[in-house]
Amino acid sequence: MAEKILEMQNIRKEFPGVVALKDVNFSVAKGEIHALVGENGAGKSTLMKVLSGIYPFGDYTGNIVYEGKTCAFTDIKSSERLGIAIIHQELALNPYMSIAENIFLGNERNSSGVINWYETNEKAIALMARVGLKIDHTTLIKDVGVGRQQLVEIAKALSKDVRLLILDEPTAALNDEDSDHLLSLLIELNQKQGITCIIISHKLNEVTRISDKITVIRDGSTIETLVRGLDEISEARIIKGMVGREMLDRYPKREPNIGEIGFEVRNWIVHDPMDETRVKIKNVNFHLRKGEIVGIAGLMGAGRTELAMSIFGHSYGKHIRGTLLKDGREVQMTTVSAAIDQGIAYLTEDRKSAGLVLIDDIRRNITMANLKKISRHGVVNMHEEVKIAEKYRDMLRIKSSSIYQLAGNLSGGNQQKVIIAKWLFSEPDVLFLDEPTRGIDVGAKYEIYTIINELANQGKCVVFISSELPEILGICDRVYVMDEGEFVGEMPIGEANPESIMRCIVANERKKVTEDAAAAAAGL
Amino acid sequence: MNNIAAMFRKNIHQYGLYLNNIATLFRKNIRQYGMLLALIVIMLFFEIATGGILLKPINIDRLIQQNSYILVLSIGMMFCILTGGNIDLSVGSIVGLVGACSAVFSVMWGLPVVVSIVLALGVGILVGMWQGYWIAYMKIPAFIVTLAGLLVFRGFTNLILVGGQTIPLPDLYVTIASKTVPDFIGKMLKTTELGIDLTTVVVGFLCSIVFLFLRLSDRKTRIKYNLVVPKINLFILGAIFYMALINVFAIWLAMANGLLYIVILLLVLIIVYSFIANKTVIGRHVYALGGNSKTAELSGIKTKKVMFLVYANMGLLAAVAGIVAAGRFNSAAPTAGDGVELDAIAGCFIGGASATGGIGTIVGAMIGGAIMGILNNGMSIMGIDTFWQKVVKGMVLLLAVAFDVYSKTKSKSK
Repeated sequence: MAEKILEMQNIRKEFPGVVALKDVNFSVAKGEIHALVGENGAGKSTLMKVLSGIYPFGDYTGNIVYEGKTCAFTDIKSSERLGIAIIHQELALNPYMSIAENIFLGNERNSSGVINWYETNEKAIALMARVGLKIDHTTLIKDVGVGRQQLVEIAKALSKDVRLLILDEPTAALNDEDSDHLLSLLIELNQKQGITCIIISHKLNEVTRISDKITVIRDGSTIETLVRGLDEISEARIIKGMVGREMLDRYPKREPNIGEIGFEVRNWIVHDPMDETRVKIKNVNFHLRKGEIVGIAGLMGAGRTELAMSIFGHSYGKHIRGTLLKDGREVQMTTVSAAIDQGIAYLTEDRKSAGLVLIDDIRRNITMANLKKISRHGVVNMHEEVKIAEKYRDMLRIKSSSIYQLAGNLSGGNQQKVIIAKWLFSEPDVLFLDEPTRGIDVGAKYEIYTIINELANQGKCVVFISSELPEILGICDRVYVMDEGEFVGEMPIGEANPESIMRCIVANERKKVTEDAAAAAAGL
Repeated sequence: MNNIAAMFRKNIHQYGLYLNNIATLFRKNIRQYGMLLALIVIMLFFEIATGGILLKPINIDRLIQQNSYILVLSIGMMFCILTGGNIDLSVGSIVGLVGACSAVFSVMWGLPVVVSIVLALGVGILVGMWQGYWIAYMKIPAFIVTLAGLLVFRGFTNLILVGGQTIPLPDLYVTIASKTVPDFIGKMLKTTELGIDLTTVVVGFLCSIVFLFLRLSDRKTRIKYNLVVPKINLFILGAIFYMALINVFAIWLAMANGLLYIVILLLVLIIVYSFIANKTVIGRHVYALGGNSKTAELSGIKTKKVMFLVYANMGLLAAVAGIVAAGRFNSAAPTAGDGVELDAIAGCFIGGASATGGIGTIVGAMIGGAIMGILNNGMSIMGIDTFWQKVVKGMVLLLAVAFDVYSKTKSKSK
């Protein structure tokens, strides 16, 4: 057996209220490509942050043994010094600097603070050759495509004499050609230059193609490690590990009472606001029935948030086309306030930066979206406001010292309840809930599910967007599957299971590949 | 004697509760009360250092006249800062421009004074809308737009007052800025030669009564809505304190020249704009925008419109300040209002505005403005070099904001 370069033993990491990593054991042999897979929120990224020192020693418990020595990284620099480099999903490049400058950013070639541009450029050119980047080293990053930016990141890592390279979703933002190129490069770096790689990816076809070993993480624990040559390496086998078998009773029971269609979306097309030629939502059609909880499942970046936001008063996207029908009548809502007036509510996935005013108290956060209900001639009735805030605080059991407590001082679950209260107060008929339970603990999740059930029982249409499949399966009545901006499947809850949903996504990805291949062949 | 002691013992628990109440109240509003405390300390310091001149009625009168137009600017500036730490650097130039326009309307064109004042206010609103358009709809940073405004409007001021001449203005301008309401009650009762303006005293007393009634009715409504109200004793204590404050202030004015029109104007503006900030939908939208613009937008708040209105309003208030300033100097001058934007901004930040927006009150801005005003006035009386005055004012601003940041990080780590 090959020598181990890395061994992480009994790693445990907690965030306030949540255990992100329970007991992770993870070892990587020298010279291999090791994939780390798991559902969103399983703890992959957290584990890599522990390894690279972003969560410093002392923030977690357990041991990290690297090249035979127990390490206590205090920051990212201290792990870099030993040859560990991490490339994040969001690239950390400065768009207004050249490739060469970016490669040596924070690690400048200099003598006594004066930069040696000759050496910088010479080394940058050499590094760019190693990653197969055949463009001028003075090109600014903003003029370089995402695929090549990824290569610049790798060149940057190589400049630091990397021996263990960690890539977090390196191909998530790349097209197939760029992905292909990147994966070939990884194999080359691994085989010719002996660099050990850890790759986190959702794209199981890539994982099965390049990795020597695959470790599956679920709910903060390592489940199994599949070794090429010993175990079966297939997408189905990995999915089984990722999803697990047992499903605890974590969801409140409900007898659905489903009525007529309350809201319908037809031929919905949305373009990317950053790149107006790119279609982000591709001709989506769906309907919601009153009293029904409809889940939208999909991987991160499938376009679920963009879909919901574009419907909610065009708050995302450009050149939006399509028809919205509420109770069978066509409605126009091109601004958020118009959408609210039509009885639509959207609970954002990012509660801190887009859901709450953290420096305001609970009361003001609750009434924010519907102040006109408690005001006359533009003057707010503040006594009425206090009563309403108290009502929702009791109703949703928001744990707080009073309605005057600042939203920023509440726990995640209670913050989420404040946002739910805000939208309940706007009296919607259709609610889009985008990751309503992200980052909150199990008990609070249960309470949120109960509230959602209650809303459905009142005859509202509820859309439940989540990256956690078990949750969708646990509380929805019907599931749409979304992938790359389109709906690729619809199933009643009885037919929905992790495998069937994954199959829809995988089938779509595969269809894309064959279509691309066909297009390429036609081009020839 | 024994009786009193027994009563005291019986009630000591209750008194303890009051103190507790006051303590929590204080802790919650430490920033505001802290600044009030600082104001009192600074006042006491200069009262002693100037040998009792600072708080003499006639000096209070002068203080008000010196600072009123800056306070008017601070009211508008507070809203700009609330939207997200945006400031308006152009207000000093707008003050100059409005003065110059007033001269054109009333002196050169010979329009009636009231008409020319209305037109001058219109100029302010237009200027504010112009800047608001660039800031809200074209997304140009407020700092840049208003820096450009600072140059442009100062330039226009000089162009209008051809070659930088100073033009005297009609009497009404002077009246607004530095005249008092005639003492008709004093004349009626023939007390004018006593050296105290009876009308002012009476008006002050009536104001304190109105204040008491407002407090009482608020208390009643609160009880009606089953809200928590302070104990009746505490309520009475507070009411007596504020009523006494109002009456003392009125008597002080009465002992100087009487009830200045500018005091009435300023109080009306403070009350109206505090009301807008706290109790109206638009005011709450300003706070929400400054607190988190993304959240505000996703809650259906028309953030661009709010931003536009805030700057249009700043233009209006700058015009009011411009008219007051012109009246105070009895003329339209090319340098009128030069540099006052910085005093107005400093007043807001000293008074507790957050540099990132969403936090701050009109009353706070007034307290901050008063601190700046007293520093100016007190140091001038003491004959301190104006350059040293700048050093002191700058340090006060820095320390006030440092205290703010410090107290915030401390409360966070708790």
